[in-house]
Amino acid sequence: MQQKTVIQVEHLRKVYGSTVAVDDISFQVYQGEIFGMVGPNGAGKTTTIECIEGLRRPDGGNIRVLDLDPYVDGYALRLRIGIQLQEAVLQDRIKVWEALDLYASFYPHSVDWQPLLEQLGLADKRNTPFGKLSGGQKQRLFIALALVHDPEVVFLDELTTGLDPQARRAMWDLVRGIRERNKTILLTTHFMEEAERLCDRVAIVERGRIVALDTPENLIRRLGAENRVIFTVDGQFEPQQLSKLTGVTRVETIGERVIVYAREAGVVGEVVNVLTTNGTRFRDLRTEQPNLEDVFLALTGREMRD
Amino acid sequence: MRGFWKLTFVEMKLFLREPVAAFFTLAFPLMLLFLFGSIYGNEPTPFFGGYGSVDVSVPGYTAMIIATSGLLSLAINMASYREHGILRRLKATPLRPQAILGAQVIVIFLMTALGMALLIIAGKMVYGLRFDGNPLSVLAAFVLSCMSFFALGFVLAGLLPTARTAQIVAMAIFYPMIFLSGAGLPREILPQNIREFAQVLPLTHVVTLLQGLWRGQSLGDHVLELGILSALLIIGILISAKTFRWE
Repeated sequence: MQQKTVIQVEHLRKVYGSTVAVDDISFQVYQGEIFGMVGPNGAGKTTTIECIEGLRRPDGGNIRVLDLDPYVDGYALRLRIGIQLQEAVLQDRIKVWEALDLYASFYPHSVDWQPLLEQLGLADKRNTPFGKLSGGQKQRLFIALALVHDPEVVFLDELTTGLDPQARRAMWDLVRGIRERNKTILLTTHFMEEAERLCDRVAIVERGRIVALDTPENLIRRLGAENRVIFTVDGQFEPQQLSKLTGVTRVETIGERVIVYAREAGVVGEVVNVLTTNGTRFRDLRTEQPNLEDVFLALTGREMRD
Repeated sequence: MRGFWKLTFVEMKLFLREPVAAFFTLAFPLMLLFLFGSIYGNEPTPFFGGYGSVDVSVPGYTAMIIATSGLLSLAINMASYREHGILRRLKATPLRPQAILGAQVIVIFLMTALGMALLIIAGKMVYGLRFDGNPLSVLAAFVLSCMSFFALGFVLAGLLPTARTAQIVAMAIFYPMIFLSGAGLPREILPQNIREFAQVLPLTHVVTLLQGLWRGQSLGDHVLELGILSALLIIGILISAKTFRWE
């Protein structure tokens, strides 16, 4: 990855009345990466991203985007960045093509939006009014509007909130597609899975602060959480036969359900081996790896909720 | 600038696609004209100072369209654009704020002017509408009246939190004003005490101004009305500059 800094945030602070929405957030986003801010609703992600977009004035700290101050040089910056806002809508009766044509006219240079419609799967919705689009189609249109002027940096705020799982996965492919055009992406999400699948680096935001920042793999590895092998046994079972295996930290039995905790994911082969050798009958075997959700839980002591 | 004109053009199309707004601005005044025109005709009568019912109604209905545009279309539209984040999305582009709001004002103004033009054409063709005034003076008074009421619309949009409350409050102001000011009904049929009370309504002064100029009076005869409407415009701009919110 090139290490050219595209977004630089230093000690960002934003207060609404007596509520501190963002409390000393600092990070950098490098060119060509997908950088994600994850955290529960109200953690300060949207406030942060809107300060970076130049839509809100920070109460403290310093932000540079493409070497510009987003609040002071907002108009110059907006020519070079693409924005998808959380929960924005367009006029109900504006047609898809009119919206693209309109937003393209706001910029001195814009791309031909016809191919953009096709790539985003909206070609057959060209003449559909905004109000008649599905949630996923609306979000794809907002991506198209964010890309219509070929920006260098794209901001996506809660892009997949409200979408069904299928539409969400389709959206992930689209976001990866944007990155392949050599654009930098800063996104926010409250879906840990989304951050894990999509982002090169992730900042976990909680109560206006970044509590961890790294690649998803590193965050999970650093957590040192155990892999789990889970299965159901029929009949007799001796936990000792598995707890002796190297790498296994403990074995839990709840009725006929067994959970083997191990540091290495590879232990599943040996578990199956031992069970077969000992003639233990088992079924419904699966493994669980620690994920970002576990990282969040460990860092904040509470579970993510939608 | 290209973006500004494109936005104006698109907003114009959207206005015409919105049946309710287009109906009350363009079709409803014509319906009133034909309804009362078919009942009373347009014979000159001493009751209207030697003019016919249509001669008095056309400037009155024009005032009604101005109130519809400012209080209903503009106020409710702006409040709903804000509530739904449409303004926020537009602000996330390089468009200047004055271009975003200016496009709205131009569209509403052109639609108001179109509503008046339709009234004049229909009045002329069907009822032989009589016009004794100076077209330029009437146009100037029309522009001033529009801008004053548009400013009032921006004040309402700024002060009221949602499109729903904007609609309720705008209607509560709009309907009494329409009936008491002489815009929707000839004020000659109203009792004297109501006509005196109606002097507090801004629309009354629009009706007085337009009907007077229509009959050949000069702008100089209406310094009071021009002053009140100019003051309304300035106060409206000052208040909405303070209270208008983008989200």
